[in-house]
Amino acid sequence: MSQAHALKRKIEAIDQSDEIKYDFYKTLGDKRQELPPLSIDTLQVNVTRLCNQSCVHCHVDASPRRTEQMDLDTANRCLEILGEHDQIKNLDITGGAPELNPHFDRLVREAVKLGKRVMVRHNLTVTIDGNPVTGESKSYLPRFYAENGVEVISSLPYYQEYFTDKQRGKGVFEKSIRAILMLNAEGYGRDGSGLVLNFVYNPVGAFLPAPEKSLETDFKRELLRKHGIVFNNLYTITNMPINRFKQQLKKLGAYDEYMTKLVNAYNPAAAEGVMCRSLVSVGYDGRVYDCDFNQMLDLEIRVNGKPMTVFNFDYEGLIKRRIIFASHCFGCTAGAGSSCGGATA
Amino acid sequence: MDYYDPKDLKRFSEIGKFGQELMKKFFDYYNAATGEDGALTKREKALIALAVAHVKKCPYCIDAYTTQCLETGADPEQMTEALHVAASMEAGITLIHGIQMHNALEKQGAL
Repeated sequence: MSQAHALKRKIEAIDQSDEIKYDFYKTLGDKRQELPPLSIDTLQVNVTRLCNQSCVHCHVDASPRRTEQMDLDTANRCLEILGEHDQIKNLDITGGAPELNPHFDRLVREAVKLGKRVMVRHNLTVTIDGNPVTGESKSYLPRFYAENGVEVISSLPYYQEYFTDKQRGKGVFEKSIRAILMLNAEGYGRDGSGLVLNFVYNPVGAFLPAPEKSLETDFKRELLRKHGIVFNNLYTITNMPINRFKQQLKKLGAYDEYMTKLVNAYNPAAAEGVMCRSLVSVGYDGRVYDCDFNQMLDLEIRVNGKPMTVFNFDYEGLIKRRIIFASHCFGCTAGAGSSCGGATA
Repeated sequence: MDYYDPKDLKRFSEIGKFGQELMKKFFDYYNAATGEDGALTKREKALIALAVAHVKKCPYCIDAYTTQCLETGADPEQMTEALHVAASMEAGITLIHGIQMHNALEKQGAL
């Protein structure tokens, strides 16, 4: 991509008038908060933008038409970074559907060998659909995950078909249930198995998530009663006002209302726990970002004037960096907060 | 000009312009009754409020409690059932008044 084209994309992604109206730095100043990095516990790696689904809310704009893939050199370099840094305890693999990257299985196996906790953002349906480009089956995934002790984190917008299919596409709920049952059959979500299955709830529209624990109770009761499904934890995540979801809000004329809701719900305690303070996010091309959302907005980390990549990875430099905030960050600080691990307050 | 502008809901507190103390009492009471878990959960309260909003035909409240229902974890199926409770209550209330009609008919010697 040419520099001019890259710049144009950045300007399109971040509308400056929105940044002035919803000024995150001003709110931090008003609240006398700074939010510097605390650590890097987690390396979150986005290995592909290819996905078998095209969800309405997807901040990655992932779909079967996307082609971006992390190559083997970059994946190997991520493994070297994990090996070189005991401080980084967790590898969090995401996408797209991360399983559609050709080096995914190797990345998981090698990270497990390094003794890292490996989490995969698994959309469930890829187990049933397979690779939308090659047709390759992915039905081995539940067994593969169990054999490697992977922590599976799966989006399930609701315990009923209506909300799930509205957000993720027709037939997604039914396929998700089949895939969850396969994971349960391997021991996932069952007491004593040590195999962790967590679900992620995000609202189907322009509203904040319900309280995490009360929703988790509903999910557990209803999924067990109707489908015999068990799981460990439910994480609630706020929809980020960027990319596909932002376009949808603008189209509905609901963007300003949603942003006002997020700004009014700013919670300083939730802000203290934002995930960018304890992780960095790696793009398919090896560039390093404060989080997956900044990655999608091309807000790359620069240290000493240079973009940080996995090839010039500098842990100390990263700890001293200033995290890049923008209007979408209000999504992580509203109400009970939002992160890849759910509520933060 | 619309009689009901959705933006007016945000101006609710302006009603206190000529009686701030009473409005404060009202908001404290309102927030305690609807906005906190008690013997009823916030979700149950939101579903009741949504039903009342429809019976009283308040567009502000319908907007507000549709959101409140969603943000407390209710789904459209539960929200619709709440409306049916309200609608069937209204039908029942109309029909039970038929006894008044019967009493009147009796008085007229027509029953």
